[in-house]
Amino acid sequence: MHKILEKRQLSYDKERDQSVYYFKVEAPEIARNRKAGQFIIFQIDDTWGERVPLTIADANAEEGWIAIVFQTVGASTRKFAAKFNVGDNVPVIVGPLGRPTHIEKKDGLVLCVGGGIGIAPLHPIVQANHEIGNKVVTIIGARTKELLFFEDEMKAASDELIVVTDDGTYGRKAVVTEPLKEICEKEKVSEIVSIGPAIMMKFCVAAARPFGVPITTSLNTIMIDGTGMCDCCRVSVGGETKFVCVDGPEFDGYKVDFDNMMQRMTAFKDKEREADHKCRIGLDAGKVSA
Amino acid sequence: MSEHKTTEMLQEEAAKFWQDLEAKRAGGASLTPKDRTSVPPQEMPSRDPIQRAHEMGEVALGYTETQARVEAERCIQCGGAPCKKGCPVGVPIPEFIACIQKGDFKAAVDTIKQTNLLPAICGRVCPQEKQCQSFCTVGKMMKSPEKAVAIGRLERYVADWERANNKITVPTPAPETGKKVAVIGSGPAGLTVAADTRRAGHSVTVFEAFHKTGGVMVYGIPEFRLPKEIVSKEVENLKKMGVEFKTSFLVGRTETLEQLLDREGFDAAFIGTGAGLPKFLGIEGENLIGVFSANEYLTRANLMKAYDREHADTPLYDAKRVAVFGGGNVAMDGARMALRLGAEKVYCVYRRTRAEMPARAEEVAHAIEEGVDFHFLENPTKFIGDEKGKLIGVELLNYELGEPDASGRRKPVAIPGTEHVLDIDAAVVALGNESNPLMKQTTPDLEVNKRGNIIVDENQKTNIPRVWAGGDIVLGAATVILAMGEGRRAAASINEYLAGK
Repeated sequence: MHKILEKRQLSYDKERDQSVYYFKVEAPEIARNRKAGQFIIFQIDDTWGERVPLTIADANAEEGWIAIVFQTVGASTRKFAAKFNVGDNVPVIVGPLGRPTHIEKKDGLVLCVGGGIGIAPLHPIVQANHEIGNKVVTIIGARTKELLFFEDEMKAASDELIVVTDDGTYGRKAVVTEPLKEICEKEKVSEIVSIGPAIMMKFCVAAARPFGVPITTSLNTIMIDGTGMCDCCRVSVGGETKFVCVDGPEFDGYKVDFDNMMQRMTAFKDKEREADHKCRIGLDAGKVSA
Repeated sequence: MSEHKTTEMLQEEAAKFWQDLEAKRAGGASLTPKDRTSVPPQEMPSRDPIQRAHEMGEVALGYTETQARVEAERCIQCGGAPCKKGCPVGVPIPEFIACIQKGDFKAAVDTIKQTNLLPAICGRVCPQEKQCQSFCTVGKMMKSPEKAVAIGRLERYVADWERANNKITVPTPAPETGKKVAVIGSGPAGLTVAADTRRAGHSVTVFEAFHKTGGVMVYGIPEFRLPKEIVSKEVENLKKMGVEFKTSFLVGRTETLEQLLDREGFDAAFIGTGAGLPKFLGIEGENLIGVFSANEYLTRANLMKAYDREHADTPLYDAKRVAVFGGGNVAMDGARMALRLGAEKVYCVYRRTRAEMPARAEEVAHAIEEGVDFHFLENPTKFIGDEKGKLIGVELLNYELGEPDASGRRKPVAIPGTEHVLDIDAAVVALGNESNPLMKQTTPDLEVNKRGNIIVDENQKTNIPRVWAGGDIVLGAATVILAMGEGRRAAASINEYLAGK
């Protein structure tokens, strides 16, 4: 059991009726052993619940907690946000899963690019690079101002922070690839780390390619066990089938077949919509009776 | 296909045989071997194939008491116990059957439990026709292994009898030794080690990565073949003995093996993490939407209970025409599960013939009865998708059997130019598993072979001091009973080591 220590709503997307939540939960073993880039799987019910992977957004080994950040996109995340509060226990959290990010001292700067919900998993990687003394420039972006979060946290761990929004309601009016290109043109970039929607990572790879800068992308596929057993997270990397859960979640962006990955992520989309619809009816009913 | 016999019909038949046997025994005469072998093997009662193919309930219903008594009388107590030699854990088979002959079911199940702690499970999932029953003297006399004494069904009968009548006796552990044993994985190997080391008085903790205990018996083998209630009962019994279970704890990641031994103070550890890394065909189109490993397909349905659409949050992939690739038990489970999840047409594509199938004979028979359409001597060459990346078909090639290969089975040889397309909207690949790399990745010193299986000595000891391993992580994908056999050996060695410490 993992007690919820803190719950915060980080953003609300009116257009899509989706929120981003921050949960700080007790998980002493995970907090002690996790490294940047690793994730957990949670379930809101240990019989009927879906297994949902989430990257660890922050952790504290001494205090024995981890932080997870998620967007309410499906039935499970919606119920998690609506029904779980500070003091409640999350029935299942397993982790840390996946291979940690390879962090090493670099000559040039490390450019970290996070889009939308991808800002959360990027945070520990920014922190880890900062801690070992790399020069870190971070770009965070979202469609609009309300969807941005972690600006202060990112600023604290970066040498420079660039904020962009698609509609210009906050920071610079741009998509993340624009400052990415500009920085690659004028500075020595040793590595780019890009985390966000698959389409964003695909465009970051395309933008980085002319400069030949290595680019690491962190993939967020569907998973069940998260230990290499079921293979539903498989992706094609350099023509080989790889498992995001045990071979990843980070892969050389130049080798990832993003088109296939995006297709595979739609496998259960109809079902998700159905479940999400059902779930919202249930949650609304809950509100009325409460 | 012969007409389906109901339990009542089979019971009536058995009652007649029983009357005949009683008549022959009248006046205290004993039965001759001929009397015994003249009784045909008692059929396993099963649910109606047409109805059951759409339900998750257990298919094989188990013998009636009369059937069990009649079947037990078919054993001639031949003397050499060849059957016992065919059992990987050496169950005293003639002895337990003798108990049934006397009508003492409790003594029968206790006799089995001397060497096999999970008879209700093994009675259901062991490939008996390849093990004990293939050595049975009665089968040899009748010149048909199918006419051997139905040892597995008898084993299941007495184990179910014990559970149904609340006669299970939980062994009392020896006085506490103060030694701690870590068991990694709660499948058949791990549960066996937990039971045997706890009995010796050690403090035992079982670590399971999933949220439910039972390993492959829970995520892999479906409800209709092995009810989950039986597995959870076995786990309950271990808890009653004082074994502690930690679920959602992935050894290697949550804590490493080294941390368990050094930091958490475990004196010994057993690795029974199973063979969880699915093999693929390596053909074009394998990453299309709708192509699943059997592990994913079955885990969604079994462990995540996605078949219960009303309650479960985990979604299923709707498919009307499903093809399963492979000829083992997992392929049979996948094909029969597809029917239960609503497929209208289910194919099983296997590159050899029925005779070479590694699956348990009863599962193949059940699959055929339920309407699975077998395509023998065919193998896929590529998966075909639509513009959205969804599977719409598979190209198959015909095969013929050539010379025997290393496995002793005749090697399938492709017949060029026989390509043809089967329209399907889901594919389930059941070609077996390789060993999961996680323990090796997180325990770099651990010695494994080329296939990633942990290398052990004759006592299941690995190259790392205080660490044993067994089950599929050592054997490659094998069976529940072989995993248990390894667990027993490991536990004996662990107990010996801890006694000397």
